[in-house]
Amino acid sequence: MRVPRYWRNLPFIYRLSGWRCVECGAFHPVKPIVCSRCRSSEFQEAELPKTGRLIAYTVLKSPPKGYEEQAPYIVGLVELDDGTRLISQIVDVSEDELKEDMRVEAVFRRLRSNDERDVIEYGYKFRPVID
Amino acid sequence: MVRVDDVAIHGYGGYIPVYRIRAVEIAKVWGTDERELPVEEKTVAGPDEDAATMSVEAARYALRRAGINPKQIGAIHVGSESKPYAVKPTGTIVAEAIGAGPKVSASDLEFACKAGTEALQFVAGLVSSGRIEYGLAIGADTAQGRPGDALEYTAASGAAAFVVGRMDERAVAAMEAWTSYVTDTPDFWRRAHERYPSHTARFTGQPAYFRHIIGAVKQLLDEDGYSLDDVDYVVFHQPNVKFPLAAAKALKIPLEKLKTGLVSGFLGNTYAACSLLGLVRVLDHAKPGERILLASYGSGAGSDAYIFRVLDGIEEKRDKAPRLDALIERKRYVSYATYARFRGKINMG
Ligand SMILES: [Zn+2]
Repeated sequence: MRVPRYWRNLPFIYRLSGWRCVECGAFHPVKPIVCSRCRSSEFQEAELPKTGRLIAYTVLKSPPKGYEEQAPYIVGLVELDDGTRLISQIVDVSEDELKEDMRVEAVFRRLRSNDERDVIEYGYKFRPVID
Repeated sequence: MVRVDDVAIHGYGGYIPVYRIRAVEIAKVWGTDERELPVEEKTVAGPDEDAATMSVEAARYALRRAGINPKQIGAIHVGSESKPYAVKPTGTIVAEAIGAGPKVSASDLEFACKAGTEALQFVAGLVSSGRIEYGLAIGADTAQGRPGDALEYTAASGAAAFVVGRMDERAVAAMEAWTSYVTDTPDFWRRAHERYPSHTARFTGQPAYFRHIIGAVKQLLDEDGYSLDDVDYVVFHQPNVKFPLAAAKALKIPLEKLKTGLVSGFLGNTYAACSLLGLVRVLDHAKPGERILLASYGSGAGSDAYIFRVLDGIEEKRDKAPRLDALIERKRYVSYATYARFRGKINMG
């Protein structure tokens, strides 16, 4: 049963909301007891920017269990406007349309297909920006 | 009957998925005569999209336009007949995804294709009574037709969201009046454990769609003292292209007033989002001072009719999120095989 761990991370997985270290500025998806970078214990709730650029990508043709329905799909390294880097699925675009430095934005999608009896896992993915 | 002077739309958002299937592509599979197709093409949700994800997209656009803190949202009501969970409100997922709550009421509403306009009444009522500062009303569906059924040509996916609050100088449209017209009409239904809906094909026109839409519009005009000349744009529920055109003709409404909000020809019937996406497109184009008449239709059956008056706030807020036309132009065509795989019409075993 994966529900409890997934549920604890919802604010980050759903809307990139987490905790910023007041001392050094490091961002933590889940509130730590002390900052892993500077050992400070003071944090402020913060949301990461929802836009950024695509730095690198790869196409997954034989995906792990639970992701078969979406295959083949694109996984990319995204650098958000504040410099934070995230690995994310890139959607609504085909491989031949991808360009380096392409502007992308966070969207809310189903992450994996679950058994009908399970909780549905939702979270962020990125797509080319719609103007 | 309900005339409201102090409630207004502060933000709106429409979302449709990137995928489309052409009606001729579906016709090829079933051997239907291409001249009889009800729409040109329709939207198709991607394999990772459902009514909740599309609700979130539309809600995020609506919030961007409203320019408010999500914590000011006191109610989230989602109208849909394709809820991801049988038990667990879609509004809970939307609230977490937009950063609203936990001080928020959330529920799913059902009334076939008018569940979205029903949600709008609920939040407007809560705002009007002073219980909440802002409310979020959403209509969203990933509609499904039985393969080969006439509905398969039109059943589409989309969402529309509206932030409703008290009238002020930043509002985009006043909700001037609304009414509902409901009877027990078995034109279309789905029993609890059935995957696809059933419908009485001959019954869905005259006694169902036309009777309720025309009934609701006349009721609204009579009771609130409006005439059709007061209205600049008209949006009707659009299960195809023919029905709203015929309803306008029956009411002697010039087709010019219907054009902007008639989107079913290229989106299909997005069910609970359907007439609301028409409203979104009108808000993308309308000028302050213009009036919009909206009438939804939900099988079962009923129609909600509304009068909106566009306000000065529209000019500043319109381009804080992508217009619906930007999403309409963004499209990728899929084959019937891909469509069937996306929408789970093939058993993958
Ligand atoms: Zn630190």
